[in-house]
Amino acid sequence: MDEDDDDDDDDDDDDDDDDDEDDEDGLTCDLVSPQLGIRISLSHEREPLGTAGPLALARELLTVDNEPFFVLNSDVICDFPFQEMLLFHQNHKKEGTIVVTRVEEPSKYGVVVFETDGGRIHRFVEKPQVFVSNKINAGMYIFNPSMLSRIQLRPTSIEKEIFPVMAEEGQLYAMELQGFWMDIGQPKDFLTGMCMYLQSLRQQAPERLRMGPGFLGNVLVDPTAQIGENCTIGPNVTIGAGVVLEDGVRIKRCTVLKGARVRSHSWLESCIVGWSSSVGQWVRMENVTVLGEDVIVNDELYLNGANVLPHKSINDSVPEPRIIM
Amino acid sequence: MLKAVILIGGPQKGTRFRPLSFEVPKPLFPVAGVPMLQHHIEACAKVPNMKEILLVGFYQPNEELTRFLSNAQQEFKISIRYLQEYAALGTGGGIYHFRDQIVSGSPEAFFVLNADVCSEFPLPEMLSFQKEHGEPNSFVILGTTANRKQSMNYGCIVENEETSEVMHYVEKPSTFVSDIINCGIYLFNPDIFQHIGAVFQKNQQDMLLEEPTNGWHRAEAIRLEQDIFTALAGQGKLYVYKTLSFWSQIKSAGSAIYASRLYLNQYHKTHPERLASNKEGGPKISGICAQRWSALSSPPQLGPNVSIGTGVTIGAGVRVRESIILHGATLQDHSCVLNCIVGWDSTIGKWARVEGTPSDPNPNDPYAKIDSETLFRDGKLTPSITILGCNVTIPSEVIILNSIVLPHKDLNRSFKNQIIL
Repeated sequence: MDEDDDDDDDDDDDDDDDDDEDDEDGLTCDLVSPQLGIRISLSHEREPLGTAGPLALARELLTVDNEPFFVLNSDVICDFPFQEMLLFHQNHKKEGTIVVTRVEEPSKYGVVVFETDGGRIHRFVEKPQVFVSNKINAGMYIFNPSMLSRIQLRPTSIEKEIFPVMAEEGQLYAMELQGFWMDIGQPKDFLTGMCMYLQSLRQQAPERLRMGPGFLGNVLVDPTAQIGENCTIGPNVTIGAGVVLEDGVRIKRCTVLKGARVRSHSWLESCIVGWSSSVGQWVRMENVTVLGEDVIVNDELYLNGANVLPHKSINDSVPEPRIIM
Repeated sequence: MLKAVILIGGPQKGTRFRPLSFEVPKPLFPVAGVPMLQHHIEACAKVPNMKEILLVGFYQPNEELTRFLSNAQQEFKISIRYLQEYAALGTGGGIYHFRDQIVSGSPEAFFVLNADVCSEFPLPEMLSFQKEHGEPNSFVILGTTANRKQSMNYGCIVENEETSEVMHYVEKPSTFVSDIINCGIYLFNPDIFQHIGAVFQKNQQDMLLEEPTNGWHRAEAIRLEQDIFTALAGQGKLYVYKTLSFWSQIKSAGSAIYASRLYLNQYHKTHPERLASNKEGGPKISGICAQRWSALSSPPQLGPNVSIGTGVTIGAGVRVRESIILHGATLQDHSCVLNCIVGWDSTIGKWARVEGTPSDPNPNDPYAKIDSETLFRDGKLTPSITILGCNVTIPSEVIILNSIVLPHKDLNRSFKNQIIL
């Protein structure tokens, strides 16, 4: 039920493609994935429709039958307890279920106030100044198709315009997420989420992690990656397809994307190395340094919190965090 | 016959060389693999007819100095003696105080050299120049060209272009005077003592008229530059020999690395045996078995401009550039040392990065000299060469950037732009 969601798996395109014309109203692609055994349809917004509008745009796809449908924000990582969500939703028999998760700093988010017994949602509070609750919207929902009638085909915010009404009517329920959760929209949080995911992987499917001399903690390595001698990799590292790590490399808490190369004796901590990038010899990168696609970092440099846009060549150290365009 | 006097100063001088000068007197600090003074002594010993080298300073006798002197005597087969001033007497006061020793044996001339300069030491050329210019007993200052802005940090010489006489001399003027600067290397003869003596007499009389202040001012404290050269300029006695050869002051640790580079470049001609043969960029290596490296899958990469002392251990995949690694240090696998002086017996952990910022002169300006930056600017530590004092331990995987670490420190994390006590 839970599919491959490696961070480095970004090429799902080896499936058969049915040709489709570009539909004015948004449906541009419709195919069946032989690997996954499910049908994938793409609904394309011509203009951004917010967090609710796109559901109205895809109405036809969602009302094929009268079964409830899931809605997921793509920049969220967790265990995705879909079965539990479905059971919970079917149990309360109302129109909508929101998954909530507990966080340490709720005022950074929108907070959900609900009955502990049963889960009926009373109200939402955006970025509360005083402590109201530490449960926030985890960005995953289940709805009955009937709720689509609440949404007009225009830019609409589901949190601000739809949910409060549904809550008022007693139609919205909250399910508490048990496992890990992270909003991975920012690089810093992406790395934190990656660590959580790897930890969960160790519990669910430890055989997928790479062990042995030179590997510390949770490390995920694509089978096509090449790792040199005297490297120490981990903890909390994911290595993508075709990545080359030369001799004597030390990597901690990083994501190295497909086709990247890290040359010998370099040291990386808390970094994201973009697709096909090249990191030189004796380079030190730390503090959420992010390299976009096809970035070249020359030998012996020091990058501290550098955000490097794609196709850049870096010839000077970046001792303090900044963006390189 | 000829003599040479080298002014080596004392502990109160050379404070910009701390913390390295805590362990060893600054004149003995290794530059390009040998003590700073040795370059002077080698140059003097090569001059025909050189009979004696005198070191004048106010260091207390210590083991290193004594050992250095006896080794140098044996190696260069020339008399080398240390004359200790009872107090800091200035660049002129010291030689005046020991004038009897200097003139004993009736040398026709003697060189005076400052210890903290790095130079090609064109001493024979200065001798020839002296014979061709001015009267028989004229004095010669070695000069070189600086750029306009930097010249004001040095002694400035106004030269009569036809006769090469020094017409005017000002030490560190506040406005531009001349781009010819004083290299701190002179050729005198015993007549100089008349001139210094005159200043001494005058000082004594002045002191009788004034109340003694705090003992810092003495009649015998005389500065060659301000007190003698300024007065001698334009009198037909003082001449300047300009050189195009390399020259630099060695005031700070950063300038020691720069000076090392200048000497290392010279080694191709003068001391090729001091250069490591199997590495490009000409680093000097001693005390390490080179064969051990070729057996490693990741040999270290050293250079350019690297000096490595005896008993240094270097691991696999180590990168060192523009640095001085002092005796007994250990650089563990994959570490990276750039623009740095690593103190005696220090240890740098695996994958650690120890890096400084060079203050080299602008390579596009042939007359640019190394800057003597102040330690702080706008309340922040000026980025400069990273210095590890003796017996410092840097743990694995950290970065030490633009920092100064005092001796016997055991660090436990990264540091940037700090002085770590």
